[in-house]
Amino acid sequence: MNALAWFTPGTHITVRGLRKAFGGNPVYAGFDIDLPKGRIVSVFGPNGCGKSTFINMVAGLLPIDGGEILFEGKTIRETRIGYVFQNYREALFPWQRAIDNIHYPLKLMGIARPERERRIAELVAGFDLKFDLHRYPYELSGGQQQTVSIMRSLAIEPEVLFLDEPFSALDYEMTLIMRDQLQKVLVARGTTAVLVSHDLEEAIYLADKLLLLTRRPSRIAEFLDIPLARPRSPATLTDTEFVRIKAHALELFQTAVRGS
Amino acid sequence: MGLQVKTAWQRGILMAVGPLMLFAIWYVVNAQGWVTPRLLPSPVRTLQSIWTNMAGGGMGHDFWRTLVRTLQAFGIAAVAGVPLGIMIGANAKLYRSIEFLVDFFRSTPATAMFPLFMIIFGLGDFAKIAVAAFAAWLVILFNVAYGVMNARQTRLLAARVMGASRLRIFRDVLFYECLPQTFVGLRTAVSLALVVIVVAEMFIGADDGLGKRIIDSQITFDMPQLYGTILVSGVLGYGLNLFFLTLETRLVHWAGRS
Ligand SMILES: Nc1ncnc2c1ncn2[C@@H]1O[C@H](COP(=O)(O)OP(=O)(O)O)[C@@H](O)[C@H]1O
Ligand SMILES: [Mg+2]
Repeated sequence: MNALAWFTPGTHITVRGLRKAFGGNPVYAGFDIDLPKGRIVSVFGPNGCGKSTFINMVAGLLPIDGGEILFEGKTIRETRIGYVFQNYREALFPWQRAIDNIHYPLKLMGIARPERERRIAELVAGFDLKFDLHRYPYELSGGQQQTVSIMRSLAIEPEVLFLDEPFSALDYEMTLIMRDQLQKVLVARGTTAVLVSHDLEEAIYLADKLLLLTRRPSRIAEFLDIPLARPRSPATLTDTEFVRIKAHALELFQTAVRGS
Repeated sequence: MGLQVKTAWQRGILMAVGPLMLFAIWYVVNAQGWVTPRLLPSPVRTLQSIWTNMAGGGMGHDFWRTLVRTLQAFGIAAVAGVPLGIMIGANAKLYRSIEFLVDFFRSTPATAMFPLFMIIFGLGDFAKIAVAAFAAWLVILFNVAYGVMNARQTRLLAARVMGASRLRIFRDVLFYECLPQTFVGLRTAVSLALVVIVVAEMFIGADDGLGKRIIDSQITFDMPQLYGTILVSGVLGYGLNLFFLTLETRLVHWAGRS
């Protein structure tokens, strides 16, 4: 029987003793963390510290060298997950229309067309789309493509959604719109989400908890609560509480980077 | 809209300028006697020769035979090349181990294989088709394997994370990923098959075909027919290429756009 089959109530993802090295250089050397259920966790840290490595291991895309990762006691195989890649251009299927891209994961689950259409209509209702889903991905703008990509990952109603710098290829205006879109959908559905961002403002804006990582081998520099009310809006960015949290996080980050 | 029609017209006219000029120069050179008519017949006589040969001289039959042989060779090459190319491309170790061989034989002139294929397959039609198929097969194999090798890793990961089985990833992602490169291979292969078939018809005793007609025209010194048959061969090659290009833009609409 597995020691981790037991988990703290309110915790969704339990990571214990996680180890990973590339060519003998450790990126994680015994890493422990509990990620809360139904919350958004942002991961922030210096470039190359292992943020992508972390979510790829948790999402089961990258084998781990050692340790355990469980989802309410279940393995990744027993968990429905979604993943949004930074490079939407290379993640969507250009031979399918946007709508068929969204159908695809449901098709893989063997769900019949009428039921798929019902679910997707429901999903579409949660987004204010200003474009036609019957177009091919290459006919859409970057923001529209990433929206399709997010919709595809949400179609199966994942228990956990992973996003690796999903907006970093978009311009600032589009990023602001996409953040709000994502916040709205995730909060409405109560999906557990793990978001990697290299933009501290974005990391805090979306997060219930902010995970600050040190340089590799990565350790937790800080795991902060972000007690800002929802829904947050672009006005939140100038809110005194937001500004205070951001300054505090920046200080912690700089200490952590200098310290290691 | 009006502008588009106009540009389409303009493009058509521009495209016609080159060939018309070639015919005009040809006509003048011939009419002025700058090149002896024994070597260069007039374009009018050449076109006349095509007309009469097509009408009752058996050129239509030769055209048809060359086309059929080319398509047979191409068909064999595609059926044997595409599945094997996918298998090789999907297996990095396999690819590495035979990359040199494929490259080597792809670079070997197919015509150098004629005698060998004649010894193995005799002097019949099949020897010609086999050489052309072999050359076309290597081109298809290489391109398909290359297409599979260079499939976007993110797309394969995306399918995996959505829970696709290996078989589904193969069928739903890898197949489409390598389709653009596959078409490049198919188009190159059909052109190559035509070249090899025409040469084979010239030098491996054939009863018919455009290559046979070209050699016959040379032997009987029928220059209008020689020029005419060259033009008709060109039409065949261009037509095949155009057909595959059209098919490609229809079927692989995303190529170069994603
Ligand atoms: N496949 C790999 N092979 C070798 N080194 C890798 C590989 N993937 C990541 N690394 C290294 O591991 C470290 C963490 O990478 P990554 O998780 O991508 O960082 P980031 O925090 O910027 O997302 C980096 O130093 C990177 O060079
Ligand atoms: Mg990264």
